[in-house]
Amino acid sequence: MNKIALLCITASLLFACNSDDDNNIDTESDPVSVAFQFTQNWDGNEIQNADYETTTYTTENGTNLKLSKLNYLISDITFTAQDGTVYDASDYNLITARTGGNADFTPGIEIPEGNYNVSFTFGFDDEDNQNAAYLDLNSADGTWSVPEMLGGGYHYMRMEGTFEAAQGNTETFQYHTIRANKHSSLPPDMTTLEFTEDTSFVVDLGTIEIGNSTQIVVGMNVAEWFKNPNTWDLNVNSSVMMPKYELQIAMNENGSNGAFSLISATQE
Amino acid sequence: MKTEVMELLALLVPRKSKFKMNKFGILMGLMSLLFVACEDNDDTASQYMATPAPLEVPALFVDKILPPVIPEDNPQTVEGIALGKKLFFDTRLSADNTLACASCHIPQEGFSDSRPFSIGITGEEGFRNSMPLQNLAFNYGEKFNWDGSANSLENQMFEPVKNPIEMANTWLNVEATLQSSSDYPELFEAAFGTQTIDSTLVTKAMSQFVRTLISANSRFDQAQLGLIELSPQEQNGLNVFLDETRGDCFHCHGLPANPLWTDNAFHNNGLDAQFNDLGLGNVTGDPREFGLFRTPSLRNLKFTAPYMHDGRFATLDEVIDHYSEGLVFSETIDPLMKTISEGGVQLTDSDKADLKAFLLSLSDDSFINNPDFRE
Ligand code: HEC
Ligand code: HEC
Repeated sequence: MNKIALLCITASLLFACNSDDDNNIDTESDPVSVAFQFTQNWDGNEIQNADYETTTYTTENGTNLKLSKLNYLISDITFTAQDGTVYDASDYNLITARTGGNADFTPGIEIPEGNYNVSFTFGFDDEDNQNAAYLDLNSADGTWSVPEMLGGGYHYMRMEGTFEAAQGNTETFQYHTIRANKHSSLPPDMTTLEFTEDTSFVVDLGTIEIGNSTQIVVGMNVAEWFKNPNTWDLNVNSSVMMPKYELQIAMNENGSNGAFSLISATQE
Repeated sequence: MKTEVMELLALLVPRKSKFKMNKFGILMGLMSLLFVACEDNDDTASQYMATPAPLEVPALFVDKILPPVIPEDNPQTVEGIALGKKLFFDTRLSADNTLACASCHIPQEGFSDSRPFSIGITGEEGFRNSMPLQNLAFNYGEKFNWDGSANSLENQMFEPVKNPIEMANTWLNVEATLQSSSDYPELFEAAFGTQTIDSTLVTKAMSQFVRTLISANSRFDQAQLGLIELSPQEQNGLNVFLDETRGDCFHCHGLPANPLWTDNAFHNNGLDAQFNDLGLGNVTGDPREFGLFRTPSLRNLKFTAPYMHDGRFATLDEVIDHYSEGLVFSETIDPLMKTISEGGVQLTDSDKADLKAFLLSLSDDSFINNPDFRE
């Protein structure tokens, strides 16, 4: 058999994959993949690599901070067709915002063209948040796992930097979001954990028309994590947030209340 | 037919995997498979292949972290590893036949050096502490040296041979010496199918040997595998290590889910207010990276004193005191360092002792005593 013949057969196999589901979506053309880009801003000002450790941002509470690191995990990008059919690639993506690592992400699924409600999960929901289960996340540059005594699984976000404390000195902060975990007493150990609570949340990007080369740009407004409904005072809470149940709940409230939004959806 | 293809594709695209496959990718994949298959038919047997010796990856690593990084053009082979080992211990690599790699990467010292600065052939001191060589095949970012100046293991090894404060040789001279020796040409033939010795093959062989230096049999590893139990002191030391109010070491040095005990990334851990060694910043030129050094693994600390890039701390007690009360502020200090104005979080004496016991539980006597790694 020669190369060309093999190629033709391969190609015809692939073309045979056309969807003929009977949704009210385009079943004529090839199913498509959808490209995502994850960006960050501070109340609308885009945060670039050069801003890390240099640009001062002021929180709702009036505290000046600089960012050093902003890594976050998103998962389960989901496309829901108008007839209710759900397309979910069941994958995940760890974004290293400072360097733009994994800012561009194409879920491993192809869907028929049409209108969809598009959503994703910030972090891992409990079903996915299994301890040490993902070799690439265990090996990520920048520890991503959560100690078992804090309920295990993975970080959702590591936002780190420095701030000007009320006394005028520079202090550091580690705004780490994980699954909320409640302890009978602190410091935690393997006997103090009472229960955990899923504090990942679903971000709904609304209805988006998916064509054969759609790019969806998602923005995270970092200021929101310090804003609403809980005005965050770094002088009070800058460190040791992981084992504190109430803080994880508060961070979840701020994050799920508008930190993420759709910036644009374009057809290339 | 259609469903069969979809099932095949589903197999190719594992759920929750980082692989981002689309139809184009799969098509390209299939096409390249076809081409490879055709090429193999065209010219078989022209390529010499030594006896494959795939790395034996410990179960603990297989279960938790990604497979080792092995360059496609330098597969592990029995003959290559044996040659690399011989070269590693051979003083003929240095200009005056006095220094081998193993002179500064001493097996019983965890393949590092108990002198803060190693001494080169001229008697001149280097300016950094020798690094332990362990689990380097799992350095996924492939940034080597304290400052990340080498971008692969093979490339790293070009440097020490010609560094004037290390082996102070030239590669031309090394090649000539090895070529005219009675033993080496045959060994290169066996490993690479050629008697012509060049620097690339030398570094390839040494890299193959260094990749076999895998350490995963410490007390802590054995406890992870359920073979032994940690002492209460070691267990509490782990808690201190993981607890954000006390050690919070794990955000850089890893945790049981990352048995390498390093993130292999670069940080400023608060050693100095001013830097006389810019570390990563010297390589990148980025002022935000001045004073950043690669996080060392905490494995085998029992054998690898002194500590830090300049070997400034002779004991683990000094290291722990540094993190507890000796932190110094500088612009690039890592945000994971806390209460810097007070020098740190002030660990209690008993927490310090427990933390030390835990750190020592990561040391692996069988690693430094492994006859495969000795001359
Ligand atoms: C004179 C002492 C000396 C000699 C001889 C020497 N090294 Fe090193 N080695 C060092 C020092 C010091 C470092 C750290 C260098 C730095 O960060 O600038 C190092 C770093 C390394 C590293 C990087 C490890 C890591 O984790 O990034 C490797 C690999 C290595 N050496 C291999 C070798 C090999 C192979 C040889 C023989 C060809 C050799 N060395 C000879 C002192 C030495
Ligand atoms: C911000 C990241 C970070 C944190 C958190 C951190 N380290 Fe380190 N550690 C480093 C870096 C980077 C070095 C090397 C620094 C240098 O040589 O300039 C290092 C060096 C060390 C060394 C010396 C190892 C050697 O081979 O020289 C030990 C031991 C150590 N750390 C233990 C700890 C302990 C214990 C804690 C918690 C109390 C801790 N570290 C917290 C980043 C960190």
